[in-house]
Amino acid sequence: MTVKTKKNDSRHELTKQEEFVKNHRRHHHQISTMRITIFVLFLILWETSAYLGWIDSFFFASPSRVLLCCVEQLKTNALLSHIGVTLFETIVSFLLVLLFSLLAATLLWYSHRMSEVLEPYLVVLNSLPKSALAPLFIVWLGTGTPTIIVAGISVAVFGSIISFYTGFQQVDPEKITLIYTLGGSKRNAFTKVVLPGSIPILLSTAKVNIGLALVGVIIGEFLAARRGLGYLIIYGSQVFQLDMVITSIIILCIIALGFYKSIQMIEHHIRKKFKM
Amino acid sequence: MQTILELKNIGYSYHSLHGETRALTNISFGVQEGEFIAIVGPSGCGKSTLLSIIAGLLSPEQGTIVVNNPDGSLAYPRIGYMLQRDHLFEWRTVYKNVILGLEINHMMTPDRLETVNRLLVDYGLEKFREKRPSELSGGMKQRAALIRTLALDPQLLLLDEPFSALDYQTRLFVSADICRLIRAAGKTMIIITHDLSEAISLADRVIILSNRPATVKAQMPIRLTLKDDSPLASRNAPEFQQYFNQLWEDLNNDS
Repeated sequence: MTVKTKKNDSRHELTKQEEFVKNHRRHHHQISTMRITIFVLFLILWETSAYLGWIDSFFFASPSRVLLCCVEQLKTNALLSHIGVTLFETIVSFLLVLLFSLLAATLLWYSHRMSEVLEPYLVVLNSLPKSALAPLFIVWLGTGTPTIIVAGISVAVFGSIISFYTGFQQVDPEKITLIYTLGGSKRNAFTKVVLPGSIPILLSTAKVNIGLALVGVIIGEFLAARRGLGYLIIYGSQVFQLDMVITSIIILCIIALGFYKSIQMIEHHIRKKFKM
Repeated sequence: MQTILELKNIGYSYHSLHGETRALTNISFGVQEGEFIAIVGPSGCGKSTLLSIIAGLLSPEQGTIVVNNPDGSLAYPRIGYMLQRDHLFEWRTVYKNVILGLEINHMMTPDRLETVNRLLVDYGLEKFREKRPSELSGGMKQRAALIRTLALDPQLLLLDEPFSALDYQTRLFVSADICRLIRAAGKTMIIITHDLSEAISLADRVIILSNRPATVKAQMPIRLTLKDDSPLASRNAPEFQQYFNQLWEDLNNDS
């Protein structure tokens, strides 16, 4: 390596590198701009059509009416408590889903026989529309937070068990053989290979689950709640305050986005830590 | 040299609903302390099955393995098994990978870790101990896998085509390199290979297996006048071609 030419080369490379970074940033910038533009255009179109009477703002609301509704609800502090209840119930369901499905998938991995026996049950429970179970939960658990959390769990848990278990099974069997050749037990194989090797699948399943838990919680709130955004939607539709319904739906969109982004951040953090 | 392990009439079959597939039949040979044995045979003849049986991962359906320790004890020799690929875990650093066996066996004693550290220095991996396996070259990965195996201080090393994932040129160097390191560590070794030249250049004795169900067709002691560390030197030994032809003939005659 001669220093002089190297120096020249690296300066040339640096500009190429800079150009690449610049292009990359510009690309991301463009994507974000377009996303925001679509959103703003949608708001403008919505507001204008309501203002000009193209749509009936009684049925379709309008951004300004949504904002007004928000302010009104915030004055009585009711909106924040509804949001808080839904957030709390969703996060509790989500965490319980993770816990249950991780435990269940671990047991299934340990006992091949059990997984063979239980497979049809899991498949049936996973495809069953969980909203059909909600009336039962109400009879068993009454109306209130436990019912709603159970509804949230029921939507996500079976799919989650199946995804985790499938992930565990996809681990390279030779890597498990390696543990045995080093004198390890089945438990070692699980903690040293299967679990760390399945982290990407655990994360992607978690991303799906938080959304499903929200779906379950809203279903539960439709049927069995006096608080929460689901309740607000049902109540609003019953008293024909569609502003309230649409406001709640928009808040749900924001919550869903927030959950997704938080899991993505956790994922990024874990991937960085394990350099995956 | 003392025979530390003796296989007597080993037989093994795979079973499925469609019937029984005999993989091994009547396999007998002894393993001497410090000896390097290469096992060659047609592909799919059950070489890996044989190694799994010696390693204790499978139990033979027929026959026995007799243990003959120098100190008269009946303990099965400690075995190190190197698989076809290195299987270093990407979620662990190189150091965490090489101490995996110690971790599993709860043997993280200071002197064991000292041995591991010495091996890392000796094998030129000291600089890479906090790196991820993907940052190592193919040869360095094999060395790391060897340290992981040697950390448990095995008496007998089993290598199942450990270099087959490497390109030819790297393979020449790495196979000679790894075997030199194993010889230097004073271990006994059984290696499975497809490559007849590799078998002749590395081993003291070559065992030739027949088609499935595999049995020992011939055994050939190798004495090269040029026993040298460089990968090509042993291949240039005058006897090399003769051994090669003999092996080729043994392997291909279907008597």
